[in-house]
Amino acid sequence: MDQISISHVRKIYYTGDVETVALDDISFSIKKGEFVAIVGPSGSGKSTLMHVLGALDTLTSGTYILDGQDVSKLSKDQLAEIRNKKIGFVFQAFNLLPRTTAVKNVALPMVYAGIPKDERIKKAEELLKEVGLGDRMDHTSNQLSGGQMQRVAIARALSMNPAIILADEPTGNISTVQAEEVMKIFQSLQKQGHTIVIITHEPSIAAFAQRTIHIKDGKIEKETKNGKV
Amino acid sequence: MDFFELLQSSFEALTLNKVRTALAGLGIVIGIGAVIALVSLGQATQQSVQNSIQGLGANLLTISPGSQRTGAVQGGFGSSQTLTLEDATAITNANFTSISKVSPEVSRRGQVTAGRNNTNTSIIGATANYPVVHSVTMSSGTFITDQDVQGTRNVAVIGPTVVTDLFGGGDPTGQTIRINKIPFTIIGITISKGGTGFANQDDIVFVPITTAQKTVFGIDYVSSIALSAASANSITQAENDAGYLLLQRHKISDPTQADFSMFSQSDILSAASSVTGTFTALLAGIAAISLLVGGIGIMNIMLVTVIERTREIGLRKALGAKDNTVVAQFLIESIILTIGGGLTGMVLGIALSYVISIFISLPFTISIFAIFLAIGVSGGIGILFGWYPAKKAADLSPIEALRYE
Repeated sequence: MDQISISHVRKIYYTGDVETVALDDISFSIKKGEFVAIVGPSGSGKSTLMHVLGALDTLTSGTYILDGQDVSKLSKDQLAEIRNKKIGFVFQAFNLLPRTTAVKNVALPMVYAGIPKDERIKKAEELLKEVGLGDRMDHTSNQLSGGQMQRVAIARALSMNPAIILADEPTGNISTVQAEEVMKIFQSLQKQGHTIVIITHEPSIAAFAQRTIHIKDGKIEKETKNGKV
Repeated sequence: MDFFELLQSSFEALTLNKVRTALAGLGIVIGIGAVIALVSLGQATQQSVQNSIQGLGANLLTISPGSQRTGAVQGGFGSSQTLTLEDATAITNANFTSISKVSPEVSRRGQVTAGRNNTNTSIIGATANYPVVHSVTMSSGTFITDQDVQGTRNVAVIGPTVVTDLFGGGDPTGQTIRINKIPFTIIGITISKGGTGFANQDDIVFVPITTAQKTVFGIDYVSSIALSAASANSITQAENDAGYLLLQRHKISDPTQADFSMFSQSDILSAASSVTGTFTALLAGIAAISLLVGGIGIMNIMLVTVIERTREIGLRKALGAKDNTVVAQFLIESIILTIGGGLTGMVLGIALSYVISIFISLPFTISIFAIFLAIGVSGGIGILFGWYPAKKAADLSPIEALRYE
């Protein structure tokens, strides 16, 4: 069953009179439980694609069906709910709340879902243990290393137990050793049944995925399957 | 997300960056405190002016010798000799209901000595009514009595400045001073009334009016007759009663030709009301400027604080916060800041005006109007400029907000 299905998607940015085509007639689908990497050089439109998939940005034209629901027809509040419940984000820049403890960062999406405080803290602590940060729960973001911050971000992405996890260059700001650990976490998440979409420009990172979609100049260049998994 | 959760999030967000919160709060504190302090001080000054006018004596009406005409050349104040002690007695004996006390006075400067010390001071010939009409109180001894006046006794009541000048302090009651070489026994000392220079009401010596006329100065007229009206409403009536009686006694049929002039405290008050009017305008100007300055300060700090957090707003939205939830959180944050800063500013403003009122010896007043105005306007600005940029940031797509630098 296709969990994500986009067809003929276009995204055009207007900066003054200049028109920039970021996505040009892109169509593909991703099945439930798949691990897909989207690769391409910078400026290829891969980040824009990720924002579209994450319901963070709107489409200029085309359709995006997520779990049988046409996302392009939803209101802002409905989109917020989709981001909250169905999608877990992992950003390149981590995007943790500054001066806030790991537990509170992980619990943040649950605040917006209206989950009671005790339950939030309990779940956040469990998730932090799962990503190997059981001893760092009350550390604030600036007391953690890059790899640790990214693991906090992954725990946060998991807090609402979303069907899909979207990661935008998750290893871009951390060392190769930490990158390996982070990618192993993604692999184990896939085994638990999460759909994982990862955006990267590094072939070694893309190699962790089952399938790679290559983007260039806003178009799909080719698709390849990896034998590694 | 319920209200309590929102409140908690807002408090957490405020405590996260304590420096930023403190700076924003300080902007509001200063803005509101300055308005309250300035307006209160302005009001205190206004009140001080009114108090000193009222301090001249309650319902006071003064009759001075000399023409009331302004067209012709007039002699100097007190140079005429048209008022006598008998005029004062006649006013007293007429028993006007509009007049409660009559105080004829002789006033000149003279040399006063005690032992080797001497001073040039104001010599007042007074009757027993003087302290009532002019609100004089005694610190020790008694004031001049009717018996002293009738007996033309050589007794004197002196002011605290004279005590210092002649005796260097202490209580000289019972000792002797010489006025124009004539010995007088001190029977009392007045309480300090304040005032400096020409208006110093403490540098003064009182003697019975009869003694002043016959023994000291050798005159048979009085310098002025002070009347105390029965009430504030009867001042005009008192002016008419005393005025027509004197015209009759002086055999003058045309009031414009009167050989004396009268002025009341209300004349001074009306002259002063133009001064206080200027004060009121000044106050309004001060309040407007401080509100403007305070308001702009608050606006700037709130704008900068919220714009700085645009990325945070984007992140919260990416994680599933609805637009209204984000805006509500920022609104609550700015309300907490404004109320906290407003109350602190109010306390600071009141404390500041108290301290300054002590330093420049003004009456301490709190302007309730200023408090409401300052908290209303500054608070409104604080909340508006906490809410508006947050609303704008929340209207952006999450990704635009996240990318904001």
